[in-house]
Amino acid sequence: MLKKALIGAVALTALTAAQASAQYSDNKIKIGVLTDLSGTYSDLAGKGAVVAAQMAVEDFGGKVNGVPVEIVSADHQNKADIASSIARKWYDAEQVDAIAELVTTAAAIAVREVSKEKGKIDLVSGAASTALTNAKCSATGFHWTYDTAALANGTANAVVKNGGKSWYFLTADYAFGHDLQAQTERVVKANGGEIKGAVRHPFPNSDFSSFLLQAQASGAQIIGLANAGADTINAIKQAKEFGITQGGQSLAGLLVFITDVHSLGLDTAQGMMMTTGYYWNRDDETRAWSKRWSAKMDGKMPSMVHAGTYSSVMHYLKALAAAKTDDGMKVADQMRALPIKDASGFAVNGKIRADGRMVHDMYLAQVKKPADSKGAWDYYNIVRTIPGDDAYQSLADSKCDLVKK
Amino acid sequence: MTTNSATTTATPATKGMSRQTLFVGVLLALGLIAPFAVYPVFLMKGLCFALFAAAFNLLLGYVGLLSFGHAMFFGWSAYITAHAAKEWGLTPEIAVLLGTFCAAGMGAVVGWLAIRRQGIYFAMITLALAQLMYFVALQAPFTHGEDGIQGVPRGHLFGLIDLNETMNMYYFVFGVFVLALFFLYRVINSPFGQVLKAIRDNEPRAISLGYQVHRYKLIAFVISAGLSGMAGSVKSLVFQLASLTDVHWHASGEVVLMTLLGGVGTIFGPTAGAYLVVTIQNYFATLGSWVTIIQGVIFVVCVLAFRSGIVGVLRPLLKKRGIEA
Repeated sequence: MLKKALIGAVALTALTAAQASAQYSDNKIKIGVLTDLSGTYSDLAGKGAVVAAQMAVEDFGGKVNGVPVEIVSADHQNKADIASSIARKWYDAEQVDAIAELVTTAAAIAVREVSKEKGKIDLVSGAASTALTNAKCSATGFHWTYDTAALANGTANAVVKNGGKSWYFLTADYAFGHDLQAQTERVVKANGGEIKGAVRHPFPNSDFSSFLLQAQASGAQIIGLANAGADTINAIKQAKEFGITQGGQSLAGLLVFITDVHSLGLDTAQGMMMTTGYYWNRDDETRAWSKRWSAKMDGKMPSMVHAGTYSSVMHYLKALAAAKTDDGMKVADQMRALPIKDASGFAVNGKIRADGRMVHDMYLAQVKKPADSKGAWDYYNIVRTIPGDDAYQSLADSKCDLVKK
Repeated sequence: MTTNSATTTATPATKGMSRQTLFVGVLLALGLIAPFAVYPVFLMKGLCFALFAAAFNLLLGYVGLLSFGHAMFFGWSAYITAHAAKEWGLTPEIAVLLGTFCAAGMGAVVGWLAIRRQGIYFAMITLALAQLMYFVALQAPFTHGEDGIQGVPRGHLFGLIDLNETMNMYYFVFGVFVLALFFLYRVINSPFGQVLKAIRDNEPRAISLGYQVHRYKLIAFVISAGLSGMAGSVKSLVFQLASLTDVHWHASGEVVLMTLLGGVGTIFGPTAGAYLVVTIQNYFATLGSWVTIIQGVIFVVCVLAFRSGIVGVLRPLLKKRGIEA
């Protein structure tokens, strides 16, 4: 009765509050950020992703239809079994409604299995493999920021068209590396290029000398680095020490984040081509958001994973509000229906497909020469914008069983 | 309850028997009601590691052999069970038995090579062979490298009981654990177990008495490997995942830690140690890499303050009351 009286008195606010108490389980929305807080990928994802998710909650007002939203985080140490057991614990015992970020493909796939089983939402940002929207796709799983197909379609295309016809790969020996290499080989061959060979290195790795010597001996024009984070940085630095770049071979970082460029320094990284889903210095909107993020992160600038985490969490909150429930399937339906737009300037022309892929415009960027850089973190020239539909694997090629053919 | 009759034969004093029965009964009851109070998946993880540590304890505590390669049995049986359940569609009990027998088979080969040496050399040989198997697991196609075998179906026990129900899974794991621990108890308190202890205490004397110590050691090694494998198999069903973590040498180190913390050469010590370590890992997981530091500090404190482990310290107190722990 009291509720009815309230509704009569203050129509709108009380209405949403009453609905909320009825439809969100345990009267709380909990979003888990599961990421690498201490290892190889902690720079490009890690704490920055937790901060980004918290910003999304704050920007949304901290509440969905009157129900408070909370962010929890944990370190999966890039291991599938740790990721899987944390996800299970979060869903079973700690009322977590969705898990975001999920760098490292092996960990992301492990969480995808658990989320699928429990009918909960996962918002993958940091992991790269296209498996997440093919064999491992799920009705409640989303792949937000980028994937190996988009990286290959961007970077490899540009490199081959600039004359880099023969390739040799240095590949991180796990699903992500294999997938990135396969996607790149596809693009290289389609453009008339040639594959000289590949060598797999353990993940994570710090000594690349024997792998680099093999790459050098192959005589390929381009050494493709199908790895990420600290592995890429180490490989590039050590390649310089071996004189590989001076010897006429060039390196193609197939997945390079702005945090990697920062660690390498412009001297080493200049001229490198890369594909990214986000660049902080692209327009006023991205600059404004990135500076807010930067203020919380000691002056660093966000990688695409950070912006992607913000964007995905924000979109999830909007879908929660529109669905008026935290039921995974209903929220997922709303996520597919609602337009994607948020303050970070991420997801230009973004839309979510049946396979869970969030398709949005990607950018082909080239690292500036030290002389051209106007200040800290001013690293990229955007060479061209790759429309989402060209960047990502087409829906017709998807092996996801949710795609109707 | 089978456990009761066993303790009856083992301890002749009637008063002691009833106390012992009561003690084991209370532990069993605790195990049965625990999943209603504590998160069951956590309990199952603890039981898997407890079984692993108990199997390891048979070698370290009763034969005096420090194996540093038990992860290969634990991890490889997990892969085999996961593969059998996922790709071949075997029922869980057959998959677990398959994993156990494969681990025992590996144990026979590794043991045959390793028991010829003692002390640090024995530890190094087992470690070397375990690392070898680790790299096989890393590169073999069916293990899927860093991804591991994911989405392993728990299936239906005997084709009837749905193990996807958490409670059913818990009682399955608990049943396996109790049976295996009872088996170990019988092994330790058999004439065979007496010979093992004799070998541990004074090997030349055991040889002079005419015992074929190599055979005894090998059998103990195979039993230990097989039960470690059983623990790994069950774990792969609980988490529906078999991954490199379980074959990595860290797992071999962890089981040593669990056994030492709990109490070497005691029946319930490895269980206590396993739960202590798993609790630290579970509840301090948010601290990330600090977990290993906390583990290290606890280990140092244990070694300084109570060398014989938790149960090792409690044992004299319990023994006064007629309870063998």
